[in-house]
Order: sequence, then C-alpha cells, then structure tokens
Amino acid sequence: MALPGGVWPVGVLTEIYVERPGIGELQLLMPAAARLTQQARWLAMIAPPYVPYAPALAARGVQLQQVLLLRPESPDEQAWACEQLLNSGQCGAVLIWLNQAQERTLRRLQHAAERNGTLAILYRSRGARPFPAAALRLHVGKSDGHTVINVLKRRGGGTPPPVRLDLHGALTRRMSIPPWLPMPTAASRLQTAH
Amino acid sequence: MLWLALHLPHLALEVHARGGISGPLAVTENATTKGRLLLCDATAHACGVRPGMTAASAWALCANLKIMPRAPLAECHALERIAAWACQFTSQVSIAGAAELLLEIGGSLALFGGIAPIRTKIGHGLQQLGYSYRMACAPTPLAAQWFVRTGISACLDHPENLSRALNGLPVQVLQSTEAALALERFGSRTIGDCRQLPRDGLAQRLGQEALDEIDRALGKLPDPRPLFKPPRIFSSTLTLPAPAEHAAALLFAARRLYAEMCGHLVATGQGAQRLEFTFYHERRQRTRLALNLVAASRDPEHLLALLRERLAALQLTQPATAIRLVCTQQQALAAENQPLLPNSRTRTEAGIRLLEKLQARLGTAAICGLRLFADHRPEQAWRACAPEERTAPSASPAPGERPLWLLQCPRALHEQGAVPHCDGPLTLLAGPERIETGWWDDHAVVRDYFIARNQAQALLWIYREHGMRARWFLQGFFS
Repeated sequence: MALPGGVWPVGVLTEIYVERPGIGELQLLMPAAARLTQQARWLAMIAPPYVPYAPALAARGVQLQQVLLLRPESPDEQAWACEQLLNSGQCGAVLIWLNQAQERTLRRLQHAAERNGTLAILYRSRGARPFPAAALRLHVGKSDGHTVINVLKRRGGGTPPPVRLDLHGALTRRMSIPPWLPMPTAASRLQTAH
Repeated sequence: MLWLALHLPHLALEVHARGGISGPLAVTENATTKGRLLLCDATAHACGVRPGMTAASAWALCANLKIMPRAPLAECHALERIAAWACQFTSQVSIAGAAELLLEIGGSLALFGGIAPIRTKIGHGLQQLGYSYRMACAPTPLAAQWFVRTGISACLDHPENLSRALNGLPVQVLQSTEAALALERFGSRTIGDCRQLPRDGLAQRLGQEALDEIDRALGKLPDPRPLFKPPRIFSSTLTLPAPAEHAAALLFAARRLYAEMCGHLVATGQGAQRLEFTFYHERRQRTRLALNLVAASRDPEHLLALLRERLAALQLTQPATAIRLVCTQQQALAAENQPLLPNSRTRTEAGIRLLEKLQARLGTAAICGLRLFADHRPEQAWRACAPEERTAPSASPAPGERPLWLLQCPRALHEQGAVPHCDGPLTLLAGPERIETGWWDDHAVVRDYFIARNQAQALLWIYREHGMRARWFLQGFFS
C-alpha cells in the first residue's frame, strides 16, 4: 500500500475524496475497523450517506456492539460530535462525512485526533474544498473494475503512483452468474411466462 | 458519642440569596416588608445598612436595597434539605432548632479520617450549597448546641474536658430566659458559677428544668434526639434572587441544586437515572427539561456538563424566577471503589459519560448502535439499538454477500428493454440469490438478488421482484 508505513495513519486527520459512493471507500477501512472493534474500541460513523448495513459489517469482522451511528442535524453539530468522540479516547476510529466545514473546525478535529491517536477519516465528496492541513489526502475512484487510490498529499512529501485494488473481485468471482441463467431480457420474459 | 452542632446564622437571608449573585439584599423580621431588618448581606452592610433598622432608614442608606419578607416555610424546607444532604456523613442527623442541626459523627471518624477532615468536608459542602455556618463538637448534643450558639468553635472529643469547658459558658445559653435572669441576679454569670450553688435551693428557685438542662449538657442525664430520615425522592426548589435567562446564571443555581441532590443520593445510596428541571416564569408559566441518563450517576460535575449542553439548545421564552429539580427516577448505586484493574471500569464509565453528553446535545434519536436481527429480508436483518447495548449475537450474518451501504428504502429502477438502468444500463456480475420469506406477515418477499455494475463502475445490490410485474430495485452499494 502506498500509505506511509503501509498502514492507516492514526492520530491525524485523513481526508478521502470519494468520486461517488459505492466504489469501495468503506471497504478500504474494514480490516482496520474490524481489528479496532475487536480490541473493544468504538467505531463511530457520523452522518454517513446511507445506512451502514449491520450484516455486512458483521461479516467483515466488525463487532457490532462497538459501532456507534450518529446523525446530528447540522454540519456544526456533526463536527462537534466528532470532536467529542475524538477527544474522549474511547474511539478506535471515527468516520465522518462532512462536506461543509470551516478550516478552523477541521483544525480542531485534527488536534483532537492527534491527542488520542485515533484513526480519523474525513470523507468528502468531489466538490468539497480541501483541508490544507490534512496529513494525508486520498482520492478514491474506479476504473476497469478496480478501485484506484490516488495519494494527493502525504506527510514527508512525494506522491506515489496510484494504487489499484481489486476490492470486490473475490465477491464477483465467488458468485458469478451461472451459465444457464439467461440475461435480464430473457429472464424477464421467462418470468412472465410463469 | 461525638456530636457536631451546625448553626446557620444567615439561613433566613440565604434562602433568598443563594440562587445567584444579587445586589444588596435584606430580610425583615416578620412576613411583611414593613418591619425591622433581621439580616442583611455584605453589599448592604457596606452601605451602612444594619440589622434592626427600619426598612425606610435602610432604603435611605442604600436606594437599590431589595427587602424580602422572611419566609419561615422556605427556611424549614431548606433546613430539611440540608439535613438530608448531611446524612452522607452520618446516619444520625437531627434537626435541633430553627437553624440548627446535630450530627453524631463519632461513628464516622474512621471513615473520614478524623474530626478535622470531616469538619473541613462539611464546611466545604455547605459553602457549595450556599450557606454560611458555624460548627462545634462536643460529647453531648446540648453542649455542642451551647457552644455553637455562643460562637465558640469548640472541638471537645473527650467527656473529661467537657465539664471544664461548660463552666466558662454564660448562663444565657439556658433555654428559659427567666432562669438566666434569676441566676444573673444571684451573681452567677456562668454555668460554672451556677454549679457552685447548692442544688436543692436552686431547684426550688429556678425549677427542676434548668438543672436537668445542665445535667443533660454534662451527660449526666440522657438526651435522646429525634432522628431525621431523608425522603426517598429528592425534590428541591431554588428561588433566584433576580430573574435569569442566561445559561451561566441558570447553571450557577443548578450547581447548588446538584450539590444538594448528590449529597442526598450519597446518603440514600442511590444514583440519579432521570432528572427533571422545571423553570418557573412569571404569570405561572413554566418550562420543563428532562435529563435521561444512560447509567445512574451522582457526580455533580458530570450532571452539570449534561445540563450545559441541554441549556445551550433550550430557548427560554422568559426569564426564570425559580428552578425546581426533581430526581424522578433513581437507582441503587454502590459507593465508589478504586477499581482493581484501572483501565476496564474507568473506560466504560468514561464511555457512558460521553454517550450521555452526546445525547444531551444531539437528542437521543441522533445516536444509535447497530445489531443483527434474525430475519432473511435484508431490510429487516438489522435493527438500530441503544448504543453499547450488550446483547448476545442473536443472529448469524446471512450467508450471501451483503453490501456495506443499504438504502433506507429500496429505490425502483427504470428499465429499458427489460435491462435495469441506474446511471446507465447495469451489467449483472453475480447472482441470483433467491430470498423468499416473510409469508407469515404482510410483508412477504420473493426476490432474486444480483450484484450489478453500472457505467460509473459502482457495484450495486439490486433485486428483481417476482410477481405479476417484475420490477428492479436498488437496495444497496458495495462500498
């Protein structure tokens, strides 16, 4: 992995730009999240765009009783909750989906993450303004069925070449469409024939 | 036995003043504002106002002086609450007079580490409650009361020293003023002088009561005192000296109420689970605020932090004139012990506090945990639950691949030539997984699930409903 040291950095705010939801941005975090929850640390998700699906989390080894889902109404409250969670030292990882935030707010989150060595991930959509002090900024996109991670910025300088990950390869390989099943057009016709 | 007598010399004034920081304030002797002043606070004293003045002359000296009528009922309630608060130091508390309490602390010395620490603790606690005090210790309750009334901060822990110390007290400490006057006429000014006189003659002239009183103080006669029993439920009202709407002023008053409540809870071995604040406004209007706690607590600082968050969100329409705090639900809570393994317990406690703080500000609905639910319908296979709910995993995860993102409700996809579209036509990658269940209730489902890829290369979890008209739905994203 092109991340510094090959692991997710803790104690810094990592900014992840997601091209669009559903391309593996959460899957990336799952091994780390599973390990942290197994150590009885909390995994907090603040204002995720969809429902984190409990059976899928459990299947990836996440201890569900350590998962905390927060949906504060305003961006200010979201940032406040995030700061509280980071400050407490209870959380192993805090994942926040926050697009509108002032730089000052993000700096506070950065400090809070530093204090307790928490894995802090700030998910942002394409239009959001980059946070200049982020220790690590990634861009997650997709091409040819592979998740492509671009390191836009990292501490220590230098931008390594993009990394291509086959996050869902196993998934599609394991359950491919059986050859006898007709494609949707035919299938629907088959269905109506019943 | 070792009795500690507490005297609250400014109780009549402090029941009005302790809810906040106020301007010059004085209390009259009777229930109207016309009579003479009984007590005044430091600000008024600095202006030259003295107890005993008439209201008119006090106003002449200090124009913005606020004069309150004395409120005997409020004083009585206040004393009862102090008594309940004091039950955390000993199980034997007795209300001894209009502004006097007696605490038997002989049995608590080992717990608190001696007389000096317990006195410091009580004194510090009373300051937090907003009362000024005098205290004295003696082996008999009456002797302790006499010392505290004469303003001697005695601390006699041995009966042998008692007789000598009592000899020095003036005869005015006796309950009967006639007896005291008569003794002065004999030339006996102190209790010691009085004890020199022959008992029979004294009994004839003064009556047996005065002699019995001295004997009780010396411990020669028994002196049983009625025990105060703290009420089961804590409830207290605090009048604010001036109407307040700012959080800082309300928190100041709440701190007083919390100090009272937490002492009461320690005394009864309980922790607060649910609290209710009522803010009284003018014209009989009121605002209620309930605090629910994840775990019972009696830590005033923690409770105050919760209230601070709630007050920040609460908009009082009018200034509050009084605050009432009721502990509507409480739970037995063991005394604090040092944990054997430092990390485990303190960490869960800190976690609970954090959750309470978040809930106080964001609302209970904004925070939840996740758990599995034994149902094969994907949208039913999970439930939101209370955070950190400790339930044994009741269901094992479904066998098939499940997406990390689930849509709140499935979105119907439009079709072109029977090919589902979502940002362009979808390519099926894997499937089908047949889920046919729920026939026992009204939400029966028969679905074939597929993993599909759209043109933007996102992996979708879609299904086709069986039935008269087969339709495609998007239910999740493999994130």
